[in-house]
Amino acid sequence: MGSIRLKQVSKSFGSVEVIPPLDLEINEGEFVVFVGPSGCGKSTLLRLIAGLEDVTTGTVEIDGQDATTIRPAKRGLAMVFQTYALYPHMSVRKNIAFPLKMAGLDKAQIDRKVDEAAETLNLTEYIDRRPGQLSGGQRQRVAIGRAIVREPKAFLFDEPLSNLDAALRVNMRLEISELHQSLETTMIYVTHDQVEAMTMADKIVVLRTGIIEQVGSPLDLYRNPANLFVAGFIGSPKMNFVEGPEARRYGAHTIGVRPEHLEVSRDGGLWQGTVGVAEHLGSDTFLHVTVAGIGNLTVRAPGEVGVRYGDEISVTAPKERIYRFDKDGRAIQ
Amino acid sequence: MARAVTNRRKAVTTLAAWGVGLLIFFPILWTILTSFKTEADAIASPPLFLGFDWTLENYGEVQERSNYFRHFWNSVVISFGSTFLGLLIAIPSAWSMAFVPGKQTKNVLMWMLSTKMLPPVGVLIPIYLIFRDTGLLDTRAGLVIVLTLINLPIIIWMLFTYFKEIPGEILEAARMDGATLWAEILHVLTPMAVPGIASTLLLNVILAWNEAFWTLNLTAAEAAPLTAFIASYSSPEGLFYAKLSAASTMAIAPILIMGWFSQKQLVRGLTFGAVK
Repeated sequence: MGSIRLKQVSKSFGSVEVIPPLDLEINEGEFVVFVGPSGCGKSTLLRLIAGLEDVTTGTVEIDGQDATTIRPAKRGLAMVFQTYALYPHMSVRKNIAFPLKMAGLDKAQIDRKVDEAAETLNLTEYIDRRPGQLSGGQRQRVAIGRAIVREPKAFLFDEPLSNLDAALRVNMRLEISELHQSLETTMIYVTHDQVEAMTMADKIVVLRTGIIEQVGSPLDLYRNPANLFVAGFIGSPKMNFVEGPEARRYGAHTIGVRPEHLEVSRDGGLWQGTVGVAEHLGSDTFLHVTVAGIGNLTVRAPGEVGVRYGDEISVTAPKERIYRFDKDGRAIQ
Repeated sequence: MARAVTNRRKAVTTLAAWGVGLLIFFPILWTILTSFKTEADAIASPPLFLGFDWTLENYGEVQERSNYFRHFWNSVVISFGSTFLGLLIAIPSAWSMAFVPGKQTKNVLMWMLSTKMLPPVGVLIPIYLIFRDTGLLDTRAGLVIVLTLINLPIIIWMLFTYFKEIPGEILEAARMDGATLWAEILHVLTPMAVPGIASTLLLNVILAWNEAFWTLNLTAAEAAPLTAFIASYSSPEGLFYAKLSAASTMAIAPILIMGWFSQKQLVRGLTFGAVK
C-alpha cells in the first residue's frame, strides 16, 4: 500500500504550461522530497497527486490503480498544509476527529483513535483548546495528527515547516523523520530548503521550471549531480563554479568545487587569493576568497583556521573533488 | 496648543455628528410624538413639540380598526421566510463563485447586481399576471418568493465577500479529510462564516420587512404585512395623521428594536474584510 506512479503527467493553467509531461515513480514506504526554488512547480505536482488540481494530460496511479479522475477524498491520501489549515471553529479533538467522522466511524472508535494520535504527538494537554490558542509548532502537530488518524496510503506535506522558527523547525524535522520510521508509510514532502531535503529524504526529486532535473538519494545527488543546477542547489554553502581558461585546463566548460573540499594553506597551493569576509560559525569558518583570474570562492575551513580579512592565502582543490560540466551544463563523467 | 486644537476639533465633530444623527432621526421622532397626539393637535399650527395632551387613544383605535397582530405575523413570515430561502440558495452560489470561480463569475455577479438597478415597476404587470394565474396573489408564499428573488443579489454579494476572506486551504483540507461537498459547506464553511451569515440575515430581514412596493401591490387582505397596515391609514381624504403615526410606530417598532440590539453585529458584518 502506498506506491504512486505518474505517467506523462502535465499541468497547464490556461495557455501557461507549468509542468511539462513527466514520469515519476514513488515506491511504497519511501520518503520522497520534492525540492526546488519557488515557482518550480513542486507544490503543483503535489496537488496533482492529491487531486486538488486536475492533470491536463497523463495519469496518476495509486497502488497500481488509475486515480486520475478520483476525487481527493477518495484517494486515501492525507495532506499537511503550510498554513496548517486547521478548522478554527473546532477544538483540537474535533479537528483530529474530523476525517474519522467523515469516514462514518462510530464515536467510541473515533475517541480511541484521537486519544492515541494525541498521545503520540504530545497533544493530550491541549485536546480541548481551539487552534487559535496554540503555538505554531502545536498547530502543526494537530495538522499531522489529523493526517495520521486516517491511516492514509501516503502523507503529503506541503512546506509544513516554513512557518516555524528555526529551532522549532529542526525539532519538527526530527519528529517527522521519526514518524516516518515508526509508521513506515509513504511520505511526499515539498520544500524549498535543501537542508530539509538532504536530512529527511530517502529519495530527492529536484525540480526546476516544472522539469525534473534529477532523482536520487541525498548522497547520490551530492556526489554525482547530473548538471550545474543540481550541483549548485544541493549542498550548503553552494558549490563554487569556475569558467574560462582554468576550466579548460580540466577539459570542461565549467568546473565546480564544493566549499568543504577546498583546502587552505599559507602558500604553495593551487590558487592564490585574498581573504574577504570570514564568517565564524564556531565549528566552521566560511572564507570568501578572491582569486585573480578565477573570481570569488567560498571555502569552508575549520573553526580555528586563524585567517583574517586581507590575508593572502592559498587554496587547493584536490583533483578527484573537481566536478566538470560541458557547455550545456551537463556533468562530464 | 496642539491639545487645544484637538479638543476643539473633537467638539466640532461631536456636535456635527449629533446634528446629523438627530436630523436623520427627526422624522421618526416626529412620527412617534404625533402618534400620542389627538388628531387636532397633530395638525396644529404652529406644530406642538412636547406641550400637548398625551393620549394613547390612537393605538387603541388602530388596533380596533385593523388587526395589528395578523399584519405583524405576515411581516415576520414574509421577511424571515424570504431571508432563509434566500440564504439556502445563496450559500452554495456564493461558495461556487468564491472558491471555484469561472471566467464569467465576475460578469454573473455584476449582472445580478444590475437587476437591483431596474425599476421594479417595469416588471410589475408581468409578475402580477403570473401571480394571478398561478393563484399566488395575496398569499404569503407568493410574497416570500418575490422578496427572495428581489434580495437574492444582495445576499449573494454579501456572502461572496465574506467567503472570499476564508482561506481556500481550509476547504481543501476538508476535501482531503474526506468531506463531500455538502459536508464541506455544512461543517467547515458555514460555521466559519457565521458572523457574515448573521449580518446578512439581519440586513435582509430589515430590507424585507421594509419592502413596500411588492407587498402593497401583490396583497389585499390575507397576506398583507405591516407596510399595508400603514398604507391603509394614509387616505387621500380626511386627516388621520395621528392614527397614521400610531400605525407607523407600531409597524417600525419591532425592526427598530431588533436593529438597535444587533447594531454591533450589523456594523461588524458590513465592514467585514474592509477594515482588516
